[in-house]
Amino acid sequence: MARLNTPEELENFRQALLSQRNPDNPCISICAGAGCVASGADDVIAAFNKEIEKEGLTTTVGTKGTGCPGFCERGPVVVIYPEEICYLQVKAEDVPEIIEQTIKANKVVERLLYEDPVTGEKAVKESDISFYKSQERTVLCNNIKIDSRSIDDYLAIGGYSALAKALSEMTDPEVLEEVKKSNLRGRGGAGFPAGRKWEGSRNAPEPIKYVIVNADEGDPGAFMDRALLEGNPHSILEGLIIGGYAINANEGYFYVRQEYPLAVENINFAIEQAEDYGLLGKNIMGSGFDFKVIVHQGAGAFVCGESTALMTSLEGKVGEPRPKYTRSNIKGLWNRPSVLNNVETWANVPLIINKGADWFTSVGTESSKGTKIFSLVGKITNTGLVEVPMGMTLRDIIYKIGGGIPGGKKFKAVQTGGPSGGCIPEDKLDLEVGFDELTKAGSMMGSGGMIVMDEDTCMVDVARYFIEFLTDESCGKCVPCREGLRQMHRILTNITRGKGKEGDIELLEALSETAVEASLCALGKSAPNPFLSTLRYFRDEYEAHIKAQRCPALYCKELIAYFIDPSKCQACMICARSCPSEAIDGGKKKIHIIDQKKCTNCGTCLEVCPPRFGAIKKLSGEPVPGPLPEEERMITKKS
Amino acid sequence: MESEKIDQIIDKHHGEASSLLQILLDIQSENSWLPKEVLVRVSQKLDVPLTRIQHIATFYKAFSLVPKGRHKVHICMGTACHVRGATRILDTVEEATGIKAGETDLDMKFSLETVNCLGCCALGPVMNVDGKVLGKMSPVKTAEALKTYE
Repeated sequence: MARLNTPEELENFRQALLSQRNPDNPCISICAGAGCVASGADDVIAAFNKEIEKEGLTTTVGTKGTGCPGFCERGPVVVIYPEEICYLQVKAEDVPEIIEQTIKANKVVERLLYEDPVTGEKAVKESDISFYKSQERTVLCNNIKIDSRSIDDYLAIGGYSALAKALSEMTDPEVLEEVKKSNLRGRGGAGFPAGRKWEGSRNAPEPIKYVIVNADEGDPGAFMDRALLEGNPHSILEGLIIGGYAINANEGYFYVRQEYPLAVENINFAIEQAEDYGLLGKNIMGSGFDFKVIVHQGAGAFVCGESTALMTSLEGKVGEPRPKYTRSNIKGLWNRPSVLNNVETWANVPLIINKGADWFTSVGTESSKGTKIFSLVGKITNTGLVEVPMGMTLRDIIYKIGGGIPGGKKFKAVQTGGPSGGCIPEDKLDLEVGFDELTKAGSMMGSGGMIVMDEDTCMVDVARYFIEFLTDESCGKCVPCREGLRQMHRILTNITRGKGKEGDIELLEALSETAVEASLCALGKSAPNPFLSTLRYFRDEYEAHIKAQRCPALYCKELIAYFIDPSKCQACMICARSCPSEAIDGGKKKIHIIDQKKCTNCGTCLEVCPPRFGAIKKLSGEPVPGPLPEEERMITKKS
Repeated sequence: MESEKIDQIIDKHHGEASSLLQILLDIQSENSWLPKEVLVRVSQKLDVPLTRIQHIATFYKAFSLVPKGRHKVHICMGTACHVRGATRILDTVEEATGIKAGETDLDMKFSLETVNCLGCCALGPVMNVDGKVLGKMSPVKTAEALKTYE
């Protein structure tokens, strides 16, 4: 590949690419994101390639393994262009039928389409599916259109045109001004305006500066960044190069979580390709601007998502945070000005340069502009990645896009902002999502995890879970976080085990106050949030655990008992045979009884009991009814 | 692990002390654990005190200072999996293998780890055995799955 030496050469190359591609030829896009691969996407891709070869269609039909389009619930997802026919939960066995019907005969395979659970209507196109309809996908939308390993695919959809525009038509202060005007706020958690951060670095006297991508996505239950890194790495890279140009940095870093090997691979691949094309390296497109990028892998430490800890880790040291007497955009990596932004923030930059700050600010709320990607997970019908304009209500996200709670259960709370975020109850669901709105409700935007909880989720246990996570991930440098969280975890564990005492809540509040006030970094300062927000909205659950040793959600293992309802038991022996502790006594036609002394509360019986019987019940805070007398246990056949 | 291989990895990173983390990661992925001799070799080659290497090797979760079993079982304890019952999956594996998270059994058959999110929340609760993701697990399914490993 010859280097592209000017913006004109890039444009000519793009036109040449497009003229080679016949837009009417079918192209089969198969999601190769983590969720779909776990559901068998690799087999589907292999089956398509085999079938296309068998049918002699290799010259006219293309296939692509793409990044995640978001609808993980129904993976593997297959989209066939140019008609944009969207097939869900495709298996390798379905492939011959798709080729035969859709590719050769131009007919739609009805059974693989999305069927609306309410209206029963089938949706042919991706955009007709209720999950996608209310979304506004400006960052994520390209994931399904491009092969994540192909720079040509990215160029064909207009890739690197923002970089060309910035380098040839704009001065570096103009680029900075445009980003400032867009009021783009950091997508990683704190929501600090990116333009202001950039300006600080640009104006710092030190001549060597850095730009860094924070791809250490550690929040459990969040995988937005992963989808972008794996699916569209060039969009992040383009944003990073533009950022480097704006602040006069010639070196950039990707700090990628070690748990995302495919992301590391794809980013490295993207960098190599961009270097070959002359879009990275010395004298980019003849502008005189040099830029190089280095990929650094994390090693499994949540705290390294914090800016100063990340930079310390980049320096090859233990990732402990530093006190921020001077902000890292002035004194960061190697004590030099360093702009650190999250993956999604960088991916927004090319869009802002291409379409302008006014376009960007036309979407969103007063203080939060643009769109935001959320990972909608937990007890929700449509699990997946959703991109919505800022200002959409939580209710719309959960019900319109997410399809509500499965299994006819009742909604209890939604947890936003990752481990240091908070839980928002039902009566606050009309809250519009935005940085300041969520903070006011006692939670935060965070990086965009949105975990939905139903009536079966115990809020005390949720608080305990997050505090346990943070205790484990605390780096141990400062006392309020290291010791405070440990004590909070002990008290919360005791409460969930029925050993809570009067005064525990007050003690937890005092420990929280100290951690918030006195911790060194944001991890400790925000760590008590899960406790404080659940206490604020679900105090009754804490009190039930402490005062009555009762878990209202019937979740906490030590506070519940399993019981077989004799009026429903059909003496089928299934539970008795499955019980790992042999705690169920019974026989054919003999109503089963759980020996409470032997029972370990593992819940296997509840899981295996046929739903049409539904004989197993969970009890909490009430005595288990005594066993039936022997003579009443035999089931006599009803006439 | 042969010292030649270690030297190769170090050279790949131009022998820079700032690449210490990346060097250790490469060794970890090559050898699946970090034996003491290897750490000593790295310390000498990079001229970095062994204490600093120990500090790093014990701080980051990706590193192991003990050998791993033939099958690596990872239970996802991410929030989405947690609310869908990941604890019960972990309990089942601990019961079946007789080891706790972070341990390896005496036969070197299984190593058990918990992880914080594998990014396939739609399939939760999820476990990963030797890189293969097993989704929508239940205690019964988990116990069955473990029986298939030799």
